Parts: sequence; C-alpha cells; structure tokens
Amino acid sequence: MTSIGTGYDLSVSTYSPDGRVFQVEYAQKAVDNSGTAIGLRVKDGVVLAVEKIKHSRLLVPNSNKRIMTAGKHIGFASAGWMSDTRHLVKRARDEARHYYGTYKTEIPAKIIAERMGMYVQAYTLYSAVRPFGVSTLLATMDNNDPQLYMIEPSGQYMGYRGCAAGKGKQAAKTEIEKLDLDSLSVRDAVKEAARIIYSVHDSTKDKLFELELSWVCAESNGVHTHVPQDLFDEAVEYAENADNSDDEGDEEMEDDE
Amino acid sequence: MATLKPGEISMGTTIMAVEFNGGVVVGADSRTTSGPYIVNRVTDKLTKVHDNIYCCRSGSAADTQAIADIVKYYLDLYCSQHGEAPTVKIAATLFQEICYQNRSQLLAGIIIGGWDKQEGGSVYNIPLGGSLHREPFSIGGSGSGYIYGYCDKVFRPDMSKEECIEFVKNSVSLAMTRDGSSGGVVRLAVITKDGVERSFISGDQLPEQYLG
Amino acid sequence: MDSITLKVPHTTERPAEITNYGPTTHISQPSVTGTSVVAFKYKDGIIMATDCLASYGSMARFRNETRMISVGNNTLVGMSGDTGDFQHMKHTLENLLTHEYDMDDGQNMGTRSIYKYISNIMYGRRSKIDPLWNSYVVAGVENGESFLGFVDYYGTTYQSPTIATGFGAYLAQPILRKYVEGHEDELTEEEAVRILDDCMRVLYYRDGRSFNKLRRAKVTAEGVEISEPYPLDTNWTIANYVVGYGS
Repeated sequence: MTSIGTGYDLSVSTYSPDGRVFQVEYAQKAVDNSGTAIGLRVKDGVVLAVEKIKHSRLLVPNSNKRIMTAGKHIGFASAGWMSDTRHLVKRARDEARHYYGTYKTEIPAKIIAERMGMYVQAYTLYSAVRPFGVSTLLATMDNNDPQLYMIEPSGQYMGYRGCAAGKGKQAAKTEIEKLDLDSLSVRDAVKEAARIIYSVHDSTKDKLFELELSWVCAESNGVHTHVPQDLFDEAVEYAENADNSDDEGDEEMEDDE
Repeated sequence: MATLKPGEISMGTTIMAVEFNGGVVVGADSRTTSGPYIVNRVTDKLTKVHDNIYCCRSGSAADTQAIADIVKYYLDLYCSQHGEAPTVKIAATLFQEICYQNRSQLLAGIIIGGWDKQEGGSVYNIPLGGSLHREPFSIGGSGSGYIYGYCDKVFRPDMSKEECIEFVKNSVSLAMTRDGSSGGVVRLAVITKDGVERSFISGDQLPEQYLG
Repeated sequence: MDSITLKVPHTTERPAEITNYGPTTHISQPSVTGTSVVAFKYKDGIIMATDCLASYGSMARFRNETRMISVGNNTLVGMSGDTGDFQHMKHTLENLLTHEYDMDDGQNMGTRSIYKYISNIMYGRRSKIDPLWNSYVVAGVENGESFLGFVDYYGTTYQSPTIATGFGAYLAQPILRKYVEGHEDELTEEEAVRILDDCMRVLYYRDGRSFNKLRRAKVTAEGVEISEPYPLDTNWTIANYVVGYGS
C-alpha cells in the first residue's frame, strides 16, 4: 500500500484526514490475498466457483469448504479469512431461518444481501471490533429468478451478473466480461467458471489448489448444491484444455490505488 | 381456548371470502353484540391490512382489531423493507403466527382474502386453534354453521366475479336471517389487481328468501 | 369520586374455570383435528393411510388436508390431533432439515433421528405443561431395515410392526393383529393395500370424525410415495335387512 496510515489506521472508528478508514481498506487487502472466488449469473441459474488454495498436502481433499449453503436456496462463497467466513455464514443462516420463521417464505436475495451488508458494515463503526476480512458472494434463486450479490468488508453490497473477489479478481473480471451471460446456459457457465478459476490460478505462487463449483438453478430444483460429479469432471477437463490453448498474456496486473 | 368475558363485545358474525380468476370477493354481515344487545348494527368487519389484502374478522372484536392492527403494521413494514407489496400468503402467515402463539388467550376466527401478482386471488382461513388453511372459498363466524349446506351445493370453482358476488350476497343473507348474532347489512369488497371496490346491501334489500 | 358501574343486562357470571386468578394455565383443547393414522410393515417397507379431513368439533370443516408428510429422504410422518400443532411441528422439522442440509457433511437425517427428535419435542412440551396435541407415527426404511414408531402428546413412545392412532387403535388394530402381525415379512404391496383399505373402510363406517377421501403412502428403500386422494368403495346393502327397531 502506497499510503502509510500515519496513526490514522489504528482504529476503525477513526477517519484519515482525506476521509478514509484504513482498517477497512486493510480488510480488503486480506480479501485480496485469498484464492479467487467468482460468481456468474446467467438466465437460468447462478454458478459459484472458488480457487481454494491449499497450504499443505496433508489436508483431507474436499475439506475446509469455501462454498457453503446458507438456507436451501442460498449459495455462499467467500474470499478472505475462513474464520470470519464461518462467522458470517452462521449469520446468514440465522437471517434466512428467522425470515422463514416470520413469513414462511424463503428470504429474497436482496433482503439477505442487505441484512448481511448491514451486519458487516456495523463492524466498520466501532473501535472495539475489526472489520471482516471477507468478501461474500451470495447466489440464490428467488421464484426461479437467479440472483447474485457480493458483500465487501466495507459493508457495501451490490447485485451482479458476474463478480469476482480474491487475488485473481482483476483477471477474472476481464474474463467474465468476455462472456455472453445473457445467452449462456447454466451448464456452460459451470464450465466457464472452472476455466476462469484455472486461468487465474498462479501455479508459480500457489502450487496446490482445489476447485470448488456449485450452482443454484432449475436443474438443481432451485436448491444450492455442489455441481454433479460428471459435470464437475467435464468442467475440469474443459478448463485444463482451454488453459493450454490460452495465451498466458493477460495475467493479473492489479495492485494499489 | 379463550372465551368471551362477561360484557365483552363479540362479533357473532357471518363472514365469507371467495376466489375467482383475477381476485376475491369478501363479505360480512354488520352486527356486533354484547350478549343479546346489538352494540353496533352497521359494523365494518372487512378490514384492510394492505392495499390489496383484506381480513374478515369474527370472534372477539377487541382481539381481532388488535390482531389486524398488528398485522397491518407488519405489512407496512414489509412493504417499505421489500419495496413491493406483500403476498396474501405472507399476510396470512403473519395472522397465523399471532393466532397460533396466543391461541390460549385469543378468541379470533379470521378469513384473509386478497390479490397478489404471484397467485392472483387467494383465500386463507385461520380458525380458533391458529391453524392456517387455504381454500377456494371460506365461510366463518357463528352464522356460517347455517349455510354450509347451501354453500357446498351452490359453489363451483371458476365462477365469474359477478357470480361470486351473488354467491356471497345470498349466502351471507341466508345466514344473517337464521343467526341471531348476525344481521344488519351485507358488506362486500371485491379485490382485484385494479384495487378494491366496496359496497353493501341494505338490510331492507336483502335477496328474497323463505321467512315462514 | 363516585364511579358508575354499568352492568350489561343478561350476561352470565364468569365461570370459575375462566377466571383470571389462580395459576397460569396453558393447556388448551384441540380445535381443528385430524382422526386416525393407520400404518404397518410389509415386505418392502411400511404402508400408511390417513383421511383428508380436519374436523372442527364434530363438523367436517376442512376436507382437503394432508396429514402425512415426507421428512428428509426416507421418512414418512403421519399425524392425528390438532392441525395447528401439526403445522408448528412441520415448521420445526423444516428448520431441522435445513440445518442438516446446510452442514453439507454427507450425513442425512435418518428415520430414527427424526423419530427421536419428534419424541423429544413432544416430551419437552408436555413437561412445560403445554403439550402439542398430536399423535405421530414415524416410518422409514434405513439400511434395509424398516422402522415404525409412535409418539403421543405425553412423549410416550413405542415401536411396533403395526400402529394405529385414535379410533384406529380400537377399530383397525385388531384387524392388523390378525392379518399383519407375524406376516409382515411376507405381505406383498397388493395384500398390504387391501388390508389397509379394509381398516380405513371400517373406520369410515364407525368413526364419526372420518371421511371417505384418503391418501395412502408407502416408504420403501426407494423413498417415500404419497398417493393422490381417493375414495373407498362402501357397501350399504345391510340397510335392506333393518326395518323398524329390529326386535
């Protein structure tokens, strides 16, 4: 980071003279160090994909999932600290359950995104707390209507057609922008998502990684679930082949504002 | 289950709601009593809880007014939080929550009728125990006991709006004449996507029936 | 200052049982109720039936209710008693299963776990002197073994190859004793359906809270299947033999 806090970065309850809250920006840095997470919203569903970087070969395959479920129709993917993520996913589940208890209707995406946004934002206000080092991607189906939201450490939340967080986010966003999200089927989106994760993965820095893929769509009955194994394998094969033919030019360049 | 306290105002009542393609017709008599005394002969038992959602109240006037007020508050809140109107199902769920959780203290039988863009017209009934039932048409209150036979015979699914209005008019006025706790005028509300049309049939202009 | 008391004429004095004094009471009586559940084991699993009626006292008030639900992948739950409490239980079970789904640990809520969960709720509520006014019949097939259990509003539980609640305990249970017990591993689905329909027919003839529109459900290793509502054939020819008091 170019600017040094010069005393204005010690507390989340202190602004810098030029109107910034450094602790929140540092939290964003924590997210930017994480393996990439992306979400694609297409016409008939939403796909989440995560590049889960493994720091040890001793970890059990498929453990420490970074894509979780927060209520049957809500997919929850994160980039950033896993410990913070687990806290947030619990919050999301509690919100979803509470909403269902009140209205006997599944919580709509924009409501859970708003409530999670409010919750995360509250941690940017008090000196006694630390902002969450997590960007959260929420993928849902509301009455057959696919929705994708991302909540950042600042508490900012927005709806997206495609979004990315983590170390490869810049490259991933460039790739997502090339996709025709309007006409892509959700099955194709799974493959593209896998391809993008593979293409932004930097094997020189992070040797080991695991791909996580999930979706909410008509084929999954509007329920958030990991993609079926055959589709997963197909997507990995597609990603590996595409990765070879791709020119390795557009890797990440981004840093610092 | 709760009972009326001495002197408590009751709506002996006949209430009714019928679904049709594109909306609902809700209807009620207008009598409120305290024992045999008619406290109000032109009561409005059709209570608006949101733009296109009404409830028909029967049981204790105090209980049902309190419940309707609370639900109205929650639906208003829902509307501003969600930026869109609540569905009838959501309104009915809120009613049920209150009626079920407080079932040992409440005397309330409520019918909810309304229009929303997901379902069109829909009718829900919450009887005394606080359970929730969706029905194509629903009758309630002390007067309803006299007209089950009539309603089951006359009702057909897919009646037009006009047929539903006639059905409600006839059913409620038959109940009103046999039930001492129901009477007065027949109030009606027709709820569609275009809004609510309210009307009443004066007590001296009820449909003709055998009075011998 | 003198206050004026207005006495409303002709109102009765408050009965002792509804006075506002004395201990807090919860226990309410059931108001909208479903009658018997009949279920038993057969060769491939368990078969169960309930009618579609929710009575309001003696009135056949709601005639299109479903009193059997599928819970999780392989469990069938049938209910008799208060429908409001049943809806509450359904909601509680939905929460349980959502939680289970969210865990994403490859575990599925099994029939025995659901049975235990329901009985814990029932016993917990009776211990608060606020029971849920239901009987539940829980059925499932787990690892090739069928399970059939009963829970009532005290939290009493038992497992048996044949279970009938409510009026069914008097009218259907003897039939099941004769035709099912000891044969549950041999009964085919066809035979089971016939026995079940016979039970439901007797109940329709003799239980004043029953209704001739019912659903049948089965749980097998393949999962839960709940039928569409259907009526039973009934026979009234004996009316011919009864004229007068029959002395």
